[in-house]
Amino acid sequence: MKRVVEGSQAVAEAVRLAKVQVISAYPITPQTHIVEILADYVSQGRMKARFLRVESEHSCMAALIGAQSMGVRTFTATSSQGLALMHELLHWASGARLPIVMAEVNRALAPGWNIWSDQSDSLSQRDTGWMQFYCEDSQEVLDTTLFAYRLAETVYLPAMVVLDAFFLSHTYEPVDIPSQEDVDRFLPPYEPAFQLDTKHPYALSPLVTPNAYMEMRHEMSAAMEDVLGLYDGLEEEMFRAFGRRYGMVEAIECRDARVVFVTSGTVTSTARIFLKKLRERGEKVGVLKVKLFRPFPTEEVRRALAGVPKVVVVDRNCSFGLGGIFAQEIRAALCNVPGERRVYGYIAGLGGRDITEELLEEIYGEVTEGKGPERENIWKGLQEVSHGGR
Amino acid sequence: MEAADRELMCSGHVGCPGCGATIAMRFFLKALGEKAVMVLPACCWSVIAGPFPQSSIKIPVIHAAFETGGATATGVRAALDMRGDTETTVVTWAGDGGTFDIGFQALSGAVERNEDFIYVCYDNEAYMNTGIQRSSSTPYGAWTTTTTGSDWKKLRKKNIVEALVAHRIPYAATANIAFPEDLMRKVKKAKAVKGSRFIHVFASCPTGWRIPSEMSVKIARMAVQTNIFPLYEVEDGVRYTINYKPREYLVREYFKLQGRFRHLSDADLDAIQEMVDEDWHLLLRKAGERA
Repeated sequence: MKRVVEGSQAVAEAVRLAKVQVISAYPITPQTHIVEILADYVSQGRMKARFLRVESEHSCMAALIGAQSMGVRTFTATSSQGLALMHELLHWASGARLPIVMAEVNRALAPGWNIWSDQSDSLSQRDTGWMQFYCEDSQEVLDTTLFAYRLAETVYLPAMVVLDAFFLSHTYEPVDIPSQEDVDRFLPPYEPAFQLDTKHPYALSPLVTPNAYMEMRHEMSAAMEDVLGLYDGLEEEMFRAFGRRYGMVEAIECRDARVVFVTSGTVTSTARIFLKKLRERGEKVGVLKVKLFRPFPTEEVRRALAGVPKVVVVDRNCSFGLGGIFAQEIRAALCNVPGERRVYGYIAGLGGRDITEELLEEIYGEVTEGKGPERENIWKGLQEVSHGGR
Repeated sequence: MEAADRELMCSGHVGCPGCGATIAMRFFLKALGEKAVMVLPACCWSVIAGPFPQSSIKIPVIHAAFETGGATATGVRAALDMRGDTETTVVTWAGDGGTFDIGFQALSGAVERNEDFIYVCYDNEAYMNTGIQRSSSTPYGAWTTTTTGSDWKKLRKKNIVEALVAHRIPYAATANIAFPEDLMRKVKKAKAVKGSRFIHVFASCPTGWRIPSEMSVKIARMAVQTNIFPLYEVEDGVRYTINYKPREYLVREYFKLQGRFRHLSDADLDAIQEMVDEDWHLLLRKAGERA
């Protein structure tokens, strides 16, 4: 059934349909709508779940680790500072192989205080052993949340469903909300391979010496690799249940493209419109949407960008001292692939600044004029500022 | 099974000789029984329990991040409730660092929500697992590896029980490894109460206190007999019961036995005696009793 809902509600509807049993959350803008709706569902009895009103994000993830260890399905949502505070526990969750799912509303980190869209929060958690999916619209957010449970509970790794602050979390659009029967078919009740049990007592996450630690980490790494092999098959099942699939990446008109824009999140929607206009003008341009960030779909990226002479990566984030993070990952994926190409990393839209069609067109002009820019990492849309200090 | 026969802690654990924390665990589990899940944030017991794939505790254990004792237990309880299991007791077993310091926020949060669990702090008065660093539970006068020489700790120990009592939790009590019957009675009493329960167990540390291992229990007993660590219970944050009214030793005798207090002068010990007397009279007043 199609309903016009806010992006936050798309998340909440997925969590309700997933029959999550323990939800824990601590308020942070712009995550609040998600958890407010869920708190309401629990109090109305629309969900058979416990809602834990903990005193911090750190405690929130700790509570979910406790709950999931006892064999129930769990959920949280957070953003920015909240995710940063959770950092230590993200490792605890993945290391314990607990398939916890969270919605992460991309928001900038302080200082200065900024509640708007920026990917630095989730990308700072790149190496925590959590899967990461970057969504483009509310429908994808809903579907991906359900998909995340299915995948997480298959490989025993936690998953982060990432959506842009406000552009997605607070925007209303029509969303097809699947029936409970269809969801149940795709996502059966959680039956954990292991859980704590007083009849068969054992210890979870104890001291591990050098004799075994490395093997445990290798198992985590192997589970991440398994995701790449399982992804399409599980998406096929989702397609049969809901009639929709997205792919780890989506290559849009990349085949004959001379320039491909690599995007993630809502910028992809802007890029689609920009692409259509440029194609009408006869420009050979393409867009590669990267949805799956961890594990990184190296092969899919290589395939989509094979023979493309110029690649533009649009990053709403920055790793200070190196550049945009998606750009670094794309460069790493293309390393050791034969052929000549230039990869330009464009940093834009930090702290919620709009990334417009005009901005993308400006970038297109820069990279197609003559040999293209000298620099490989470029900040786009900066205003004139005068420096104090030095 | 009677508590006296029940052993839910294995020999062959990796505690130090004379470790008060192991004595505390043994009697605690005897009284608690096997229908329980334990949350074990970072502390000496994270090591004592043994490395993977061993465990010296015969109930399910979740080893948890240092500051998460209250929060992890919250999640365990919620999951058990969702599974319809209201019989299993949830326990957090933490040291003084994980309780007084880094875990205090999560503990305060959990008891404010009146989560249905027992939180036990075994108190050896410093970060012993990392090598005797000062905590907010370290007593006035103590040497630690971060309060050395003339920089010995000149601040009072945080009164954790009173902090918990201020949350008006259903049950809070102190206990001591040298008083096992009292300890086990309190565990059984706590087990029968609903909501947040807190037990503060005094557990000597021969390594950190610079005492011979065979003195571990004697010195723990003297902490009660000097009024340094009174045995008492508080129900619903208001009803105080003092379990033991001693006056066998002066604090001087307790302090003289321990290497960690060796540097203290007679004047320092007099000052400490005054502090202990003051705290004791305050407790008597709360319990509505006279000296």
